[in-house]
Amino acid sequence: MNEQTKSVNRTSAEPRSLLPSRVGRQIQKHWRLIVITIPFVWLLLFFLLPFFIVAKISVAELKIASPPFSNMFEWTDGGIVTVRIVFDNFIYIMTDNLYFDTYLNSVKIAAVSTFFCLLFGYPIAYGIVRSGPLAKPIFLFLVILPFWTSFLLRVYAWMGLLSDQGTINSILIALGIINEPIQMLYTEFAVYIGIVYTYMPFMILPLYANLEKLDGSLNEAAADLGSRPTNTFFKVTLPLTMPGVIAGSLLVFIPATGEYVIPDLLGGGNVQMIGRVLYNEFSRNTDWPVASAVALTMLFLLVLPIIVFQYYQGKSTGGK
Amino acid sequence: MIEKSNVDDTTWHTDDKTKPLVQIKGLTKKFGDVIAVDNVDLDIYQGELFCLLGGSGCGKSTLLRMLAGFEYPEAGTISIDGMDMSNVPAYERPTNMMFQSYALFPHMTVEKNIAFGLQQDVMPKDEIADRVHDILKLVELEGYKKRRPQQLSGGQRQRVALARSLVKEPKLLLLDEPLAALDKKLRKQTQFELANIQEQVGVTFIVVTHDQEEAMTLSSRMAVMDAGRFKQIGTPTEIYEFPESRFVADFIGSANIFEGRVSEDGSDHVRVSTNVGEVYINHGQSVAENKQIWVGLRPEKIHLSITPPKNTGPNQIMGQVEDIGYLGETSIYKVRLQNGQIVDVTAPNQRRPMNRTHSITWEDTVFLSWEPESVMLLTS
Amino acid sequence: MHGRRSRFLTVMITLGLAFFYIPMILLVVYSFNYSKLVPVWGGWSTRWYKVLFASEEVWGAVSLSLKIALVNASFATIFGLLAALSMVRFGQFRGRTLFGGMLVAPLVMPEVITGLSLLVLFITLRQVFGWPENRGFATITIAHITFSMAYVAVTIQARLTGMGQSLEEAASDLGAKPFKVLTAITIPRLMPALVSGWLLAFTLSLDDLVIASFVTGPGATTLPILIFSRIRLGLRPDINALATIIILVVAVCIAIAALIMFRQQKRDLLDQQLAKHVK
Repeated sequence: MNEQTKSVNRTSAEPRSLLPSRVGRQIQKHWRLIVITIPFVWLLLFFLLPFFIVAKISVAELKIASPPFSNMFEWTDGGIVTVRIVFDNFIYIMTDNLYFDTYLNSVKIAAVSTFFCLLFGYPIAYGIVRSGPLAKPIFLFLVILPFWTSFLLRVYAWMGLLSDQGTINSILIALGIINEPIQMLYTEFAVYIGIVYTYMPFMILPLYANLEKLDGSLNEAAADLGSRPTNTFFKVTLPLTMPGVIAGSLLVFIPATGEYVIPDLLGGGNVQMIGRVLYNEFSRNTDWPVASAVALTMLFLLVLPIIVFQYYQGKSTGGK
Repeated sequence: MIEKSNVDDTTWHTDDKTKPLVQIKGLTKKFGDVIAVDNVDLDIYQGELFCLLGGSGCGKSTLLRMLAGFEYPEAGTISIDGMDMSNVPAYERPTNMMFQSYALFPHMTVEKNIAFGLQQDVMPKDEIADRVHDILKLVELEGYKKRRPQQLSGGQRQRVALARSLVKEPKLLLLDEPLAALDKKLRKQTQFELANIQEQVGVTFIVVTHDQEEAMTLSSRMAVMDAGRFKQIGTPTEIYEFPESRFVADFIGSANIFEGRVSEDGSDHVRVSTNVGEVYINHGQSVAENKQIWVGLRPEKIHLSITPPKNTGPNQIMGQVEDIGYLGETSIYKVRLQNGQIVDVTAPNQRRPMNRTHSITWEDTVFLSWEPESVMLLTS
Repeated sequence: MHGRRSRFLTVMITLGLAFFYIPMILLVVYSFNYSKLVPVWGGWSTRWYKVLFASEEVWGAVSLSLKIALVNASFATIFGLLAALSMVRFGQFRGRTLFGGMLVAPLVMPEVITGLSLLVLFITLRQVFGWPENRGFATITIAHITFSMAYVAVTIQARLTGMGQSLEEAASDLGAKPFKVLTAITIPRLMPALVSGWLLAFTLSLDDLVIASFVTGPGATTLPILIFSRIRLGLRPDINALATIIILVVAVCIAIAALIMFRQQKRDLLDQQLAKHVK
């Protein structure tokens, strides 16, 4: 790599470029820089910068104005800048029970859902790994396909299944198991099903990737040394799939905490999750500072898991 | 003078009182339409270092895996120490295996790797620690307890794998190409170490290999395998000096093979007339007269001379040197016979002639002769 | 050699796949339901499809979503490609960790946060620069490109690292300058990953609700926004019809992408085997 970089700078014989102008030659010379810069700048502008603005708003005061918050910098007549930074918003959300409880509730729901995704996803991933060479890509295709059909519509499908006049209740009543429909829609239970249903592929795929790379002879060696299959699983297979378990869990847990659509459609007003609270705070109550503070806190509490995720990604791909 | 009857082989198998440790009867294994192991029988005795030798795809690894319990046969039985293994899963068999890839657990230290097998049996912790310590001493890896497999060299990993498979003191140790992953020099060294350890510990070894030199060096007895069947079973000497078929003669070392017909079958001799002359063999072997047969001669057993022999008779041919391969300590002469066949003769370069590289050189007419007892009679 | 699949695992796979697909199958079935009340069966009918096709709102939303998706996919693929190349082939450079982090974060971050921050950005931009005056097509597209790019980058990165550099090294050895190597060797070899990355970005954009809701403006209703507003109030059979169509289209697209990747895998396998023989 270093040699190639040197050769770009040392182009004594100018490469025949498509653009014979000076600009063309500059592009040829610095093409690497250009390649990096384009996406980099885009992300800085449209990904990083917004977060700084959010941070700025979170330390501002609510004002009846458009936009509805006070300015950080105010120029007074004497040309002096006063800086108004208010941490009230953060204090508010940390002391107000609603936010605290909602956040805890979100974490709880996300954690339980992650657990079930793992519980069901692991055997599925393992089963696919053990399948024949023809079945494997077919199974993977079948697992990935739902993930790519509309997320919204898949949640909608469960609305149809879980509602009081829905399929499940109808079947149960028809079979005589129950007389009255069971309330399933607009409960926390429905939210669990919704999250597990939509996020399961995110758990299965990293697990599959990890399991697939395992050396099959390790299982044989363990058996040869006298270990029964269950023991082999817990002592050999599971420890070696930890990176996959963690990657899958983070891919489910972190987005699930901030879920908005599922608690809204399947939970109705009954299930409070922080994603909905944020949306409501922002759009309905137009309390941007508070909403920003919530967003920032959420981000901070989730940033740590993201760093962990990055670390494990680096480990499994043997990052440079 | 080597005759078949006085070949020195410690004859476990002629002693009727000793029951074999491993008895394989009629064992067959199929993968779809492919027959990997074809109705084989084999007895292996306690204390042997037995080698299964063959090219890739001959079924030797499949046979080994069936002994370990990773594959189940379509037909036939395996019994180890008198117990039928047909329904016994791998984790309950008194066998341990050393894998070609070593299969060391990457998330465990050397110590834990070796202790793993012992932990599956109910054994007190101190005893486990002692046994681990002792076995590490045996393979000369004492200071490496806390290392992980990734931190070891190939040769060290191999020794850990060996230690792990020996520490449970199994009745039978199965080794799948144990030296294949080592470089040549290390391989030679390890061959002797392995044989020594086996003698020391007294465990019965079954080694699968494709390397004939390895099989010859290590084994007390060996079987040559091809297409799922045993071509010949015997001691290394038996197999090398008295192969029974062209396949075996050609597989181990090299051989010049002549086709012929039995012209005379006596109790202590056989005469074969071939298209290159008459061959006289001075040990008896029951072959029918007039039967089609092949005669094999190892290149090192043929005498090469410029001067014609004093007497004419059997076991002589004339030819012309077509090519010489100089190998330093020996030379291979390719001699073209009158009927066009090329015979390989190897001879040690015992003298360094003054003006030439060889005393016999290209296009010389030469006379080949050999001792009657050197002839290998190949019935198939 | 991973051993045989036990019955337990087979059962789990079957149950899992049933769990995945039964809701979707029911969705499709009920789209043909004559009755207006979705779960109550009233006989076979395609009337809801007719209702669907007659709706101007729906067509408007479909065309807007498609437009956004097309633009988004194209730009996201280009940016994602550049990003992936930078991360995999350019070694260490200043800001690499930050860059890598920004590429991974959108994958994991809750959408409400991304949506909120982008809306805030657009409003601030309007305050300072006067643009964007009205939010809609442009802002949604920008938002989509930002997060799609991350997905595409990950896809291409995976393929890039798996591909190995031997062909590029050979080209270099024959005298091709790095830029030439990139355009003549690397990018053509990446074609399948580029195609599937494009499809991924396309689908993500079509499917996005939360972020689009945040950054859209009056008059710009994307398909997910439309669907969402309708289903919040309850079940509607014309939505089932829409769902069926979408599922069909997506299935076809995935099948194509899967086929391409499958063939590429086969070709790679062949290359590897040839390489072994040459050695």
